Amino acid sequence: MLDQLSWKVGGQQGEGVESTGETFAVALNRKGYYVYSFRHFSSRIKGGHSNDKVRVSVDQHRAIADYTDVLLAFDQETIDLNGDDVREGGIIIADEKFKPVAPEHARLFVVPLTKIAEDCGSAIMKNMVSLGASACVLGLGTDIFRPVVEERFLRKGQKVVDQNMEAIQRGFDYMAELGGADPEFALKPIDGTPRLFMTGNDALGLGALAAGARVMPAYPITPASDVMEYLIKKFPEVGGVVVQTEDEIAAMTMTIGAAYGGARAFTCTSGPGLALMMEAIGLSGMTETPVVIIDTQRGGPSTGLPTKQEQSDFLAALFGTHGEIPKIVLTPSTPEECYTSVGEAFNLAEKYQCPVIVMTDLQLSLSKQTTDVLKLEDITIDRGLIATESDFNDEGERQSGEFKRYEITESGVSKRAFPGAKGGVHHVTGVEHMENGRPFENPANRQKMMDKRLRKLEGVEIENSVVRTGDENPDVLVIGIGANTGAISESMSLMRKDGMKVAHAQLHALLPFPVQQLNEAMKGAKKVVVVENNGTAQVKRLMAFFDVKHHEDVSSLLKYDGTAFLPVDIYNYCKGLV
Amino acid sequence: MATVKDFRNDVRPNWCPGCGDFSVQASIQRALANLGKEPHEVAVISGIGCSGRISGYINSYGFHGVHGRSLPTAQGVKLANRDATVIASGGDGDGFGIGLNHFMHAVRRNVNITYIVMDNQIYGLTKGQHSPTSAHGFTAKTTPKGNIENALIPTQVALGAGIGFLAQGFSSDVKQLVSLIEQGIEYDGFSLINVFSPCVTYNKVNTYDWYRENVVNLEQRGDYDPTDRALAMRTVIETNGLATGLIYRDETRVSYQEQIPGYTKEPIVHHNLQLDSELFDKAVKQFA
Ligand SMILES: Cc1ncc(C[n+]2csc(CCOP(=O)(O)OP(=O)(O)O)c2C)c(N)n1
Ligand code: SF4
Repeated sequence: MLDQLSWKVGGQQGEGVESTGETFAVALNRKGYYVYSFRHFSSRIKGGHSNDKVRVSVDQHRAIADYTDVLLAFDQETIDLNGDDVREGGIIIADEKFKPVAPEHARLFVVPLTKIAEDCGSAIMKNMVSLGASACVLGLGTDIFRPVVEERFLRKGQKVVDQNMEAIQRGFDYMAELGGADPEFALKPIDGTPRLFMTGNDALGLGALAAGARVMPAYPITPASDVMEYLIKKFPEVGGVVVQTEDEIAAMTMTIGAAYGGARAFTCTSGPGLALMMEAIGLSGMTETPVVIIDTQRGGPSTGLPTKQEQSDFLAALFGTHGEIPKIVLTPSTPEECYTSVGEAFNLAEKYQCPVIVMTDLQLSLSKQTTDVLKLEDITIDRGLIATESDFNDEGERQSGEFKRYEITESGVSKRAFPGAKGGVHHVTGVEHMENGRPFENPANRQKMMDKRLRKLEGVEIENSVVRTGDENPDVLVIGIGANTGAISESMSLMRKDGMKVAHAQLHALLPFPVQQLNEAMKGAKKVVVVENNGTAQVKRLMAFFDVKHHEDVSSLLKYDGTAFLPVDIYNYCKGLV
Repeated sequence: MATVKDFRNDVRPNWCPGCGDFSVQASIQRALANLGKEPHEVAVISGIGCSGRISGYINSYGFHGVHGRSLPTAQGVKLANRDATVIASGGDGDGFGIGLNHFMHAVRRNVNITYIVMDNQIYGLTKGQHSPTSAHGFTAKTTPKGNIENALIPTQVALGAGIGFLAQGFSSDVKQLVSLIEQGIEYDGFSLINVFSPCVTYNKVNTYDWYRENVVNLEQRGDYDPTDRALAMRTVIETNGLATGLIYRDETRVSYQEQIPGYTKEPIVHHNLQLDSELFDKAVKQFA
C-alpha cells in the first residue's frame, strides 16, 4: 500500500487533459488526501503536449514528486516525453487507438479509452474512462467521482451525468479484467478531514476580497489573469469594479487614482507588466499613495518562458523604479500565505502609505493544492492615518494650502484626506513638494521630505519574515523562497533518513530585508544554501547587499530551465556539499 | 455657495506671461463656480508639461502625476468616488503623444470625467520640440528642416474613436470656453474639450493672431447640428480640425459607471470594507 502516489495525465492541449487532472484531484482532495497538482503547458492554446502531474498523499507535500507511479497517456508523444519519469515497475495506461509503445521498465496497460467512450455516447468521455481505469489500479471505488461529475454536468441533465459515470465504471471494469487492481498501488485509506483545494492565485483573489479591495485595474498576463477573472465574478456582490485596462501603465496609474480617491485598490501582473509599471510605482512612493501590486513571476527576460516557472523579478521589484522611495516586498510560499499576505499588504500599504509588492511565482500561482480552511478573521483591516473632520481647519475649505497632507511627523506618516472631504483640499504631486503638497525644490525642504518618506520604513516589522524549521546546528541550512518551500521540506526528510542534521529557512519578505532574522536562522549552520529559480542568484546577492553575516559562506542552488525544483534536486546538491 | 474666488489659491503660476494656459485655468474656475460646485467636491488630475501644472493652480483636490497618464489616474479617482467632479487636464504632448493610447481607451470606456487639453502644438516644458499636433513642415528644435510627420488632429481622432462629447475652444474666447467646460462636466460620460492655447515662447507660428484668423466658430453657423455625427466628422475634416464650439454630443451613450454590474450608488470611498461572513463562506465553499 502506498502512503503517497504520483499520477500524471498527458495529451495534446485542448484534449481534456486539464479537466481529467482536475476531476481526479478534486475527488481525492474531497476524500481527505493531500493533493498537489502541477500543470505543464505551453503558450499554444490548442495542440502541443501538456500534462498534469498530481501527487496524492496521506501527509502533506507541497511539491511534485520526483517520479510518476501511474501515467495516463492520450497519445504516443505523452509516453515519449514522460516515459522516463515513470518509475521502475510503474504503470502506463494508454489508449488502444494509437497503438502505444512503452519503455521496458514500465508496465503497459492498453485500454480502448476512445472506443469505450464512444460506446457510452461520445469520444470526449475518454478521459472519464481513463479515470475509472486509474481508480481500479489505486484500489479506489468509482463513487468518489460522482459528486464531482454531478457538479460539472448536472446543468446539462441527468443523462449526461449517467453517461459519464458509466464511462468511469466501464474503464474501471476493463482495467479489473486486465488484472489492473494491484494491492501494491492501492492508496492507504485516510480518515479524511476535508480541506480546500486551490491555487495561489485563487487565494490571492479571495484575500483581496476579504481585505476590502474594491477597485482592481489590470491587464491580462499569464500567470496573473486568474486573479482578475475571479474578482470580476465576485466584485458585483460587494459593489467593486475590475477594469481591464489598455496596458499595465494604465493599470498602475488607475490603481493610484483609485487609492488616492479613497478605495483599497490593487493590480496584478507578471514580469513584463511589472517593468511597465515602474515609473508609476515611483509616483506612488513620492505621492505616498498606498497601492498593492501582485507580481506572479514567470520565466523572463522579455517574453521569455511565459508558461514556465521562474523567480527572477526580485531585483527588479526591489530596485526597479527610478529615484528612491519607501517600498515593501512580501513573498508568500503557499496559498494560505498568499491569502494572508494580501491582507497584510493592504494594511502595510495604508499604514505606511507606500507601494507594497506581493511576489509569487508561476508554480505557486497555478499549482492547485490542498489548503487549510481559510478564515475571514485571519484578515483584519487597518486603514492607517485618515484625517477626520476634527483634523481640518474650518478655513481649510476656503484657504487652500491649509491641510498638510505631507506633514513632517516622527513616523514619517501623515494623515490622508480623500476628494470629497470638506476641509481636506490639498495638492498632490510627483514633483518634490512641501508639507501642503505644493511643489518646492528648496534643498533643505528636499532633504526633510526625503527623510520623512524613507523614515516610514524604519519601523516596519514583518512578522515571520523568515520561518526557520529543523535541527539546531545543522549540517545544512536550506534557504528558500516562494513555491520551492515544498521541495525543500521534502528534501530534508530524505537527508534526515541519511542521518544528516538539516534545517530550512523560508523567506516571506524581501523588503525590509530580514537581516536580523537571517543572521539568527543561520547561526550554527555548517553549510548554507539558497535555493532559487533564477540564473543570477538574486536572493543570495541580496544577502550580500544587505550585509547578512557570513554571507560569503553561502552557496547557491539555481534552476532556470523553466521547471520547478524537485525534492531530489535539492537532496543531491546538499549531499554533495557535506 | 462657492464663487470663482474660492477656486483660486495663492500659488503664482510659473507660466510665461501671455501663455494661453492662464485663460484655460480661469475658465475652469469660472465653470466650476457657475455649476455650483464646492472646491472639496472637485479633483483636477493632470499630467506633465507646462499645462500639467494646472492642478496646482486651482483650489480643489489636485493630483499632478506622471507624463501622459492623467486619464487612467482620473478614471481611477472617479471609480473610487462617483460623486466627485473629476477633471483631467494637460498638454497635447501629454495627451496625444505619450498618452494617446489612454485617450482612445478613455473614449471607449466612457467613465464620466472631463478632459481638458491645452493644445499649443509644441512641447513647452521641454523647451520647444515638435508635438504630435504640430503641422507638416513645422520647424522646431527636433524638426530643424521642417516636420516630416503629419499632424494628428485631436477632434478627428476623438470622433473616429466614438467619443460622446466633443468640443474645441480657444484661449482668447473665454466666454465660449466656460460654456463648453460647463457642458462637458455636466455630460454623463467621457468628454473632451480641446483648447487652442498658444505657447508664446516656443511656437512662433500658431500664435493668437494665427488662431484668430484660422479657427472656424461653429456657433456662428446657425444651422449646425451637434447631434449629427456624420456632419461633425465632415466639419472637422473640412475645417482641418480648426472648428471651435460644441462639435458633437451623443445623448444615447451610457456611461461606464452605469453599466458596472453591482456597482453601488454609494461611492466606494464610503463603503464599509468588512466582508460579510456569509459571502465569505460562500466564496470559500467554491474551493471545497
Ligand atoms: C516619461 C517621461 N518622458 C519625458 C518627460 C519629459 N517631458 C516633460 S513635459 C514633456 C512634454 C510636454 O508637452 P505638452 O504635453 O505639449 O505640454 P506643454 O508643456 O506644451 O504644456 C516632456 C516630453 C517626462 N516628464 N516623462
Ligand atoms: S513655455 Fe509656452 S506653454 Fe510653457 S508656459 Fe511658456 S508660453 Fe506657456
